[in-house]
Amino acid sequence: MNAATAPRQDGNRARLLAIDENGRVSHHRAADLPSLLQRGDLVVANDAATLPASLQGTHLPTDRPVEVRLAGRRSLAGHDVTRFTAVIFGAGDYRTPTEHRPDPPRLRPDDELALGPLRATAVRTLSHRRLVELQFNHPPAVVWEGIARHGRPIQYAYVPAPLAVWDTWTSIASQPVAFEPPSAGFVLDWATLRTLRSRGVEFATLTHAAGISSTGDAELDRLLPFDEPYYVPRPTAALIRHTMRRGGRIVAVGTTVVRALEHAARLPGWVLPGHGVATQRITTLSNLRVVDAIISGLHEAGSSHYELLRAFQDDPTLQEMTSQADARGYLAHEFGDVVFISRGRRMFSRRLTA
Amino acid sequence: MIHHSLNHLRIAVTGGTSGLGRGLVRELLERGARVAFVARHRPDVQRTMLDLPAAHGVVGDVSRKEDVHPIAIQILGALDGLDVLVNNASSLGPVPLRPLADTDCEDLERALATNLVGPFRLTKALLGSLAASARGGGRPMVVNISSDAAVTPYENWGAYGASKAALQHLSRIWDAELAGEGIRVLSIDPGDMDTPLHALAVPDADRSTLKHPETAAREIADQIALIAGTPNGVPYERQIVGAPDEDHRRAPFQGRHQETEVAR
Repeated sequence: MNAATAPRQDGNRARLLAIDENGRVSHHRAADLPSLLQRGDLVVANDAATLPASLQGTHLPTDRPVEVRLAGRRSLAGHDVTRFTAVIFGAGDYRTPTEHRPDPPRLRPDDELALGPLRATAVRTLSHRRLVELQFNHPPAVVWEGIARHGRPIQYAYVPAPLAVWDTWTSIASQPVAFEPPSAGFVLDWATLRTLRSRGVEFATLTHAAGISSTGDAELDRLLPFDEPYYVPRPTAALIRHTMRRGGRIVAVGTTVVRALEHAARLPGWVLPGHGVATQRITTLSNLRVVDAIISGLHEAGSSHYELLRAFQDDPTLQEMTSQADARGYLAHEFGDVVFISRGRRMFSRRLTA
Repeated sequence: MIHHSLNHLRIAVTGGTSGLGRGLVRELLERGARVAFVARHRPDVQRTMLDLPAAHGVVGDVSRKEDVHPIAIQILGALDGLDVLVNNASSLGPVPLRPLADTDCEDLERALATNLVGPFRLTKALLGSLAASARGGGRPMVVNISSDAAVTPYENWGAYGASKAALQHLSRIWDAELAGEGIRVLSIDPGDMDTPLHALAVPDADRSTLKHPETAAREIADQIALIAGTPNGVPYERQIVGAPDEDHRRAPFQGRHQETEVAR
């Protein structure tokens, strides 16, 4: 599948491939999304805004250039921005595919980095030589200003022109806590939300700190997705309960929403409102307790995004999806086309009962 | 009448280091709001933060496209969200004031950049946060500071008056469009005030006839409290119990049509 090579300013021009609960594939325009939903359904989206999480700078002990990609954080709290998980690359920028990027200089504990106006300490390497615990040596307000003004959006070589921050924000973007865009949300603009409301389709949000999707290192990519903090507002949890009681479908916009909701519902009972940290991987063996359908971008087999789709439909159906998308020239990745995948009837599910 | 408090409200004010903006920052803080303010010059921001240590200062120029998202990110990082945005930063256009025919095109563009396009961009960047506030049970709003020059064709006030007229109309349209999201967009004319901006426009004005910016700030804070404030200062989420029924979710928009004239 070819990747979309430019940010799509008008999500309505995107195409949409739908798979119903019987595994049947159909083709639509993304603008037709409301017609795939019914009165009483609930659409849940991730309203995280995207941080400009790529910081160019210098490894001070060797005076060599590095790029730091912020990739994870313990919580969503605005004051909690001094410690991050980060992936460090050597010289260069997004124009070089990540798999061809040089390693950073050998990192020793407590090495100092200069990142524009910010100073940071690579406290220790984590499970991989490119993955570090990064500590900013400033108060939170200075860190926010430094990231906001010096940071650039994380991007990949298949989009050649530099992305601006506004290219990475969905219409509903609110708290800047995502490291890459929760890109399925690009399908929602304000006019679509108004149409959904007029058709009796409910809309709710959660906030999930979507992490990075690729590091260019197969070993490191196997660790993805990292742990991601999320927040489920009380009204969202209430609407989910209300919808399930009335027999409506819960439609997740993006893999991050599936991950957050299924994590919030992991204990017997209901989707718990409040703060949590999603640590689980969702694959073909996962029981979906909450989510009935997912709206997602198209991603390659093997990626963590694709793996999650295997909880919704069996492999032959997903292979059929990929071959039809290929044949019709659908565009992959975050600025590409979208799929609407209902959970197959035959898929294993321990749905919460109302 | 229920007392509406600004407790717990997260409010951002542009142009927060002088005149009405500075008065608003002080007034809103005194009423218990959490306040971030924006201004172009770092020394001004630092001076205001020394005077009002509870306020969070952000350096940036709303008329510059590249500054808008960095401003939004810093506001949201400081306040963990947003309930009220006050677009107060204004440019007079060329001074001394002059007839439109003597106004350079670039000066008109600069006035529009600060008074119309800047507030549009910043509001758009923060709209997701305001909508999130509404979904959480809040009554978020945008206040665009206007002027009687938006309505009355004062000679020599062309760049300023035209840009404020456009901002006022933008406010009306946006207010109608965002009704379903539970977000209000108001245009408020604070009256002629004794501010640096007024002194620039009318250097020989009789200052005793002008309104104190503190008075205008109180009046605007009253309006914000009336619409966005929470009864008795109870935070939003605690007011939501169980499944939100239709009535509860529509509550923030009740009285919308009766209220629209308040601001004009």
